[in-house]
Amino acid sequence: MKVLESMSARPQTVKRPRLPTETEDQRFPRGAEILVEGLLHEGIDSIFGYPGGAVLHIYDELWRKRDRITHYLVRHEQGAVHMAEGYARASGRVGVALVTSGPGATNAITGIANAYLDSTPIVVITGQVPLPLIGTDAFQEVDTVGITRPCVKHNYLVRDVRDLGAIVHEAFHLARTGRPGPVVIDIPKDVSADQTRYSRLEKISFPCIERTSAPDVLDVERAAAAILKAQRPVLYVGGGIVSSGACAELLDFAEQLQLPVTPTLMGLGGFPSSHALSLGMLGMHGTYAANMAVADSDLLVAVGVRFDDRVTGKLATFAPHAKVIHIDIDPANVGKNRVPDLSMIADAREALTALRAQVESTGPEGIRQSIQRRNRWWEQLRSWQREQPMQFTGSLDHIKPQHVIRELHRLANGEAIIVTDVGQHQMWAAQFYPFKRARQWITSGGLGAMGFGVPAAIGAQLAFRDQLVVAVVGDGGFQMTNQELATAVQYDLPVKIVIMNNGYLGMVRQWQEMFYDRAYSEVDMSVAPDFVKLAEAYGAFGVRATLPDELPAVLEAGLSHKGVAVIEIVVAREENVFPIVPAGASSRDMIFQSEGV
Amino acid sequence: MRVANLRGESAEAQIRNPQVELRNPKMNHTLSIVVADQPGELSRIVGLFSARGFNIETISVGATLDPEWARVTIVTSGDDRTIEQIVKQCERLARVREVLDVTTSPHIERDLALITVNAEPGKQRQEVLSLVDVFRAKVVDISHTQMIVETSGSKEKVEAFIELLRPVGIHEITRGGRIAIGRLLV
Repeated sequence: MKVLESMSARPQTVKRPRLPTETEDQRFPRGAEILVEGLLHEGIDSIFGYPGGAVLHIYDELWRKRDRITHYLVRHEQGAVHMAEGYARASGRVGVALVTSGPGATNAITGIANAYLDSTPIVVITGQVPLPLIGTDAFQEVDTVGITRPCVKHNYLVRDVRDLGAIVHEAFHLARTGRPGPVVIDIPKDVSADQTRYSRLEKISFPCIERTSAPDVLDVERAAAAILKAQRPVLYVGGGIVSSGACAELLDFAEQLQLPVTPTLMGLGGFPSSHALSLGMLGMHGTYAANMAVADSDLLVAVGVRFDDRVTGKLATFAPHAKVIHIDIDPANVGKNRVPDLSMIADAREALTALRAQVESTGPEGIRQSIQRRNRWWEQLRSWQREQPMQFTGSLDHIKPQHVIRELHRLANGEAIIVTDVGQHQMWAAQFYPFKRARQWITSGGLGAMGFGVPAAIGAQLAFRDQLVVAVVGDGGFQMTNQELATAVQYDLPVKIVIMNNGYLGMVRQWQEMFYDRAYSEVDMSVAPDFVKLAEAYGAFGVRATLPDELPAVLEAGLSHKGVAVIEIVVAREENVFPIVPAGASSRDMIFQSEGV
Repeated sequence: MRVANLRGESAEAQIRNPQVELRNPKMNHTLSIVVADQPGELSRIVGLFSARGFNIETISVGATLDPEWARVTIVTSGDDRTIEQIVKQCERLARVREVLDVTTSPHIERDLALITVNAEPGKQRQEVLSLVDVFRAKVVDISHTQMIVETSGSKEKVEAFIELLRPVGIHEITRGGRIAIGRLLV
């Protein structure tokens, strides 16, 4: 049984065209060319990568086709994958990374896992040792398909060049359809050198389970009826809104019935933050109003979300009085953490369109009555919003990180694409930057991978060369991937990097302060390079603010700089992210300020 | 089987739901998974079970009528929600064509065991042979002092047979994973 094999190089016996004869040889492309032609056919004109022995044929081919496809040479493979993610998240297209075998592949894992958890469509091409050497512990050999298997949507070890064309096309199809995700193609060096016929129309012979993305008519009727008669409904929306491009449909539907909307961290931008119907983000660091609304709601309409623990806290007390309607493209998300009362396995955009049409069919009177029924709910929501708005205490001596985000928003006219790393600064950016549109917010949500910010911003900048792209990072995360400054400078991708420098691993320190009696175990990072000099050493522009009155001018100078800029903001050292729902607690147990303040 | 619970966690550790009391109790389910007969696909399925903390009681793999597809039969345990998750997670795999929980419909299941048992000439051998006869098992090998017997049937039958052979002295047991097939409609 072939199904039992793992990495064996035994040639397969599936029906294939015969190998080309020598005289025909000249006309047939080698594997590397089939790969690059496949990428071009998929509309790829940019890839991020790092060369090595096992991908030499592919790099040779990229050199030959350098006028049609641009390769961006990164400084570490993790950077290549995060750039591909940033590119994909900003543009909605599939991002591509290319790395060599062994260490190239293992360095790429963090990015692949990140893309898996945040449903980002990327294709990662890894080199592999030649087929006869597989399994021999050859130089730079690792079992890439084995290592990546738990964190990809699908992966391939290409054993025969005759399969390569079809695999490339299927990989792109899988990456972008359904719930998007990463796909890995592992190509042994000899396969990239072998020659064969290639046709763009090649289809893989194994069909996958094709799912419809259209919602069921009866489900739509029942859902619309439930929403129309709900007294305390909440629309809880996530990354699925962004990846399905359902923002306009969401806005229409929410406005049609005047429904309150709360986005997850991944859903930020999917609904305009400053819209009157927006309650702000929910979850661990969400707004008081959003978390109270969910806790008190009688109907939770969950669209493109997965009831993540950072959203729900203690599951038993999450929306305890609510019926749940769960709409998601991935059946496995439905019923995983919370059993819904009604579910639709559907594309978010199609489902919202259908819901809106269904509601429309009840006529203006029905809609008016439904909206009226929720007058008291809106009074309650408004009073929660007034009771605990998202706020912070200002300071004359220290720059408050929340204030940095507000200033950034002001100077960028709210237009910049904001990419963050992971930690306190990420939460402050989520809380204090009002997003206008989808894909304006790019962050590492599910995996929480420090080091994501700088390379992802570079990828986003490549997708939109003329837009202001700002990476908001902490001093810890910045130092995980700051070598990519060289990549940004080399290709003139003028990202602006705002470092919120508190000399701490701030989020860990905050938890130690709140839950571990202030035992600040291994979080002091005050020994760090001079970030301004570091920027200059890379050929970028560096600037620093340490006092509150320096902040506007320094931010302005950095943001308006033509090239790559590093803007170091020395912020209040022990500022905390509030509100916070402690891990595993119920959302009603929010903490709003430090003890003794 | 403990060896199959690859994460070494109890199923209880996996329960994340407040409505746990309302769930149906844990029971064994036989899943029949049709997957492309391609290298690495079995480890994808097995890896999914271990990564998500699902238990594998038995597993068996074989060809189907169509040589491009293989059938993996897995006996797993869990309450209804866990089983539903397992089915959905398996269905997400790109090369999986279908996942059936055969337990929910009329079906035939078979376990297989090969047992090396003491069979000294005389009374002991007669005892083994009469058990073989009663259980409609088969003798497939014999030496001066031992026999290898083969039995197939329900798990209960196979285990009862093993229990009854135990006093005679069993040397070795090899058991296969369960296989199952849906019953015909009459």
